[in-house]
Amino acid sequence: MTALPAPRLSHARALWLVAVVLTAILWLWGQRLAPFAFDYPKAWQIPAARWIGNAINWLMKEAAIGPLAFSDVTRFIAALIDAPYRVVLSLLSSGLLSGEGSSAVQLWPPLSWVAAVGLFALLGLYAGGLPLALTVTACMAFVAVFGQWQSAMVTLSSIVVAVPIGVAGGLLAGIAAWRLPWLDRALKPVLDLMQTMPVFAYLVPILILFGFGPTAAVVATLIYAMPPMTRLTTLALRRVPAEIHDLGRMVGCTPRQMTWRVLVPASREPLMVGVNQVIMLSLNMVIIASMIGAGGLGFDVLNALRRLDFGAGLEAGLAIVALAIALDRLSQALARRASAPPRQGARHPYLAAALALVAVAWALGLILPAVQTYPEAARLSTSPFWAAAVEWINVTFFDMLEALKNAILTTLLVPVKRFLLSLPWLGVVALLGLAGWRLGGWRLAALTAGLAFLIAATGQWEKAMITVYLCGLSTLFALLIGIPVAIAVANRDRAWTVTRALIDTLQTLPSFVYLMPVVMLFRVGDFTAMIAVVAYAVVAAIRYTVLGLQGVDPRLIEAGRAMGCTDWQILTRIRLRLALPEILLGVNQTIMFALSMLVITALVGTRDLGQEVYIALTKANPGNGLVAGLAIAFIAIIADRLIHAAAMAQREKLGLEGGG
Amino acid sequence: MTDAAPKLVCRNVWKVFGARAEDSLARIGPDAGKLLAAGLIPAVRDVNLAVRAGEIFVIMGLSGSGKSTLVRCLSRLVEPTSGEILFNGRNLLAATEAEMIAIRRHKMGMVFQHFALLPHLTVLENVAFPLEVQGVPRATRDARAREMVALVGLAGREASFPRQLSGGQQQRVGIARSLAVEPELWFLDEPFSALDPLIRRELQDEFIRLQSRLQKTIVFITHDFDEAIRLADRIAIMKDGRIEQIGTPEELVLHPATDYVREFTRAVPKAKAVRVASLMSASPPPEGAPAIPARATVAEAGGALASGAGALAVTDATGRPVGTLHREDVIRLLLAGTA
Ligand SMILES: Nc1ncnc2c1ncn2[C@@H]1O[C@H](COP(=O)(O)OP(=O)(O)OP(=O)(O)O)[C@@H](O)[C@H]1O
Ligand SMILES: [Mg+2]
Repeated sequence: MTALPAPRLSHARALWLVAVVLTAILWLWGQRLAPFAFDYPKAWQIPAARWIGNAINWLMKEAAIGPLAFSDVTRFIAALIDAPYRVVLSLLSSGLLSGEGSSAVQLWPPLSWVAAVGLFALLGLYAGGLPLALTVTACMAFVAVFGQWQSAMVTLSSIVVAVPIGVAGGLLAGIAAWRLPWLDRALKPVLDLMQTMPVFAYLVPILILFGFGPTAAVVATLIYAMPPMTRLTTLALRRVPAEIHDLGRMVGCTPRQMTWRVLVPASREPLMVGVNQVIMLSLNMVIIASMIGAGGLGFDVLNALRRLDFGAGLEAGLAIVALAIALDRLSQALARRASAPPRQGARHPYLAAALALVAVAWALGLILPAVQTYPEAARLSTSPFWAAAVEWINVTFFDMLEALKNAILTTLLVPVKRFLLSLPWLGVVALLGLAGWRLGGWRLAALTAGLAFLIAATGQWEKAMITVYLCGLSTLFALLIGIPVAIAVANRDRAWTVTRALIDTLQTLPSFVYLMPVVMLFRVGDFTAMIAVVAYAVVAAIRYTVLGLQGVDPRLIEAGRAMGCTDWQILTRIRLRLALPEILLGVNQTIMFALSMLVITALVGTRDLGQEVYIALTKANPGNGLVAGLAIAFIAIIADRLIHAAAMAQREKLGLEGGG
Repeated sequence: MTDAAPKLVCRNVWKVFGARAEDSLARIGPDAGKLLAAGLIPAVRDVNLAVRAGEIFVIMGLSGSGKSTLVRCLSRLVEPTSGEILFNGRNLLAATEAEMIAIRRHKMGMVFQHFALLPHLTVLENVAFPLEVQGVPRATRDARAREMVALVGLAGREASFPRQLSGGQQQRVGIARSLAVEPELWFLDEPFSALDPLIRRELQDEFIRLQSRLQKTIVFITHDFDEAIRLADRIAIMKDGRIEQIGTPEELVLHPATDYVREFTRAVPKAKAVRVASLMSASPPPEGAPAIPARATVAEAGGALASGAGALAVTDATGRPVGTLHREDVIRLLLAGTA
């Protein structure tokens, strides 16, 4: 970004002062003089929601390229996804059926649970040895024992279909973006939007285009899970050393050989990270996707949440976690295997063992039904226990929890919310523009001010401010917790290993799972939402701060010691100072995490943009949903760009390489 | 060797990096100062050279002098901004992309500074890779690759992966791979720079051994002058993209054309660069004097002189005496070197 020659620091201070004072004056006395600066006039509103609604209607009913109607295209995509889904589903869950609905007859049973657990164990053994095999078996056994097997297999089916499509699509898009600079430029904002736009927002259009059901759920999952693969692919291909390119050309590779024989295999380590990302994000989508018909575990969680049946919800939630851990560990181990020299000829015995296992389990299943389907009688349920526990906590600590909640609400949450809501939108837009100009020149200024204005102009200012307030406070708390934790563990190997294992696990949990315990204790409302968001986002704060602190050149710390700095001085003057760029990126990530979680907390009754999106979803109103979703994406983009620019400026100031 | 036909000729080659370099070069003209002022980087400036068949042509210069860019121009890995490159008398810059692919597949081989081995392939697969790309059947290419692996002394390591090998072994794989297609023209871009001094020496010896068997036409890049005089038939010294001087090691040491070359060669012991033939007198040698080949360096004659001989009989390739190397001349040369 080419910055205009920005004014010198003293000027800059004065400029800020003037701007803030002007805004303050407007805030205090402008209400009567310029009411339009506070409430965006209805008459000037951009009816974006209506436009979008009409556009989607038109797409569905009239759009066509020649004889090919748009609805044919969606039907084609649906068929493309539906066919493999049916195959996998009948393999894993329903068995081969003949006939429809309740009159269907099972011709061939699905893979028995014993065989499935065994296959997982074998895969674990192949990819990572005995410890992995045990972990994976434990996860899958957990799912079976707690009676979640049926639902888990439905969920697994959509994952099994979504992941290969997501990986292949992301890979191809990434390669294309790497080849064609214009496509890369065009794709970048699209990917940004796909990643910052709350999922709820595009559920509605997908629902309209693809209808309620697993296919629509897979499409939504793909939109959510593909961008990181695309980005990682482009990045990985760019990182391939120039010499490897030269090698490819010197031995006379055709462009196709260059891509598939040289570049893609040479970057398969980062690509496997992408595959892992696709798997994890798909799992993260499981619950949300169940809102548009994915069924399976996600549906169970959602249902339990609606009934406030914590026990049932928790069990289904934990089953998702078990599935997530198993798939995560497996894919990581397979990635490590792919990058390590393979042991020769080790594959056939595994394949043979797998086939034997399936056959034996099938034969046994004919005689012993318990092998085919996990027996009802052996099922454990902790549901009553949890219900009792929550009840006990609520009875015993009700007053305490309630007092805590009310104290924080009245002293902090409500005042901050009031303050933000009373600010004139015009002043905020102007200040954002100023910040953009100072940090990144006029282009950034145009972006930040423009996006903020669009939020106001589409009539969402108030909801957006509630989002900002919840997100801002949550981020603040996450940082207040995360940064000290990071400082405490960054330089202690053992502590960091433990912490990292913990936050890695926390990150594999689908975001809904965070809601459960909080709702149990605090019921619905802003406070509950905030706690869930903090719990979800604190991971990012810890991770990046540790990254920054560990990256500080140890020679500088030694130099500080030699100069006689105290530990505190070393921490504040050297380590935190030098880690600032990473910490800023951590703040950025924390905000992104917070925003994505905030949308989900709409389920517990917030009144922000997330709620708007959620309501639009339940009413199947694509215009409102998308516009509110875009507003959230805009907030995310504004925060992201400003913080990114600040981090770059810091890096430059510290003379660190200007990567990024 | 001196009268062999040139295999590769480079005429007025420029490589300018920067936006719209070609237009700019045409507009501004071949003037490095003005190009730099216009924000462009003239990495290779008006280079003329001719590499003869069967010789080791070393391009030597400090970091950033444009060696890699020049050698990439020679194989058209980067497109020269202007000039001509003749390979076997044919202008490479006029070749289509398909023709270039064919030429690179069958006539050129390249060894890279950081080895550029493909991490997912074994040693054997890496060496066979150029053949695989050409579509050579598996049995043929594996046999050929095995031969090459043995040639560089790595027999038995065929199934290893690059990361399991030491740096020196990895570069042996790189060398084997570049030789697998039996190239006419062999490019080596600082092949030994990433290695420890001892391993570097070992691979230089290996390289000399290979070349005595294979007689390839070689363009060898280095920033190490010792390496250059050890290996080169002729050396081109580069500075800021320009060639300062081309000559045999001896010519550079004895008759540096510019101050830059003089500065470079000053630290080099002359005895290592100067050949016996240039220091000998034409007078017939005294009876019973020990023999020394005319092609040997003066340093190699040192042993015999130190063991008491006052003069050596200089012989040509057939062993016929052609002159005398006097002890005093050698001492004078050595003293001049340290003065
Ligand atoms: N793709 C490029 N774009 C712009 N400038 C380049 C590019 N490649 C090389 N240069 C510049 O051209 C000059 C010569 O670079 P080159 O890599 O040929 O040097 P070199 O002699 O091989 O150095 P080294 O010994 O470090 O490998 C350098 O100033 C370099 O910055
Ligand atoms: Mg180089």
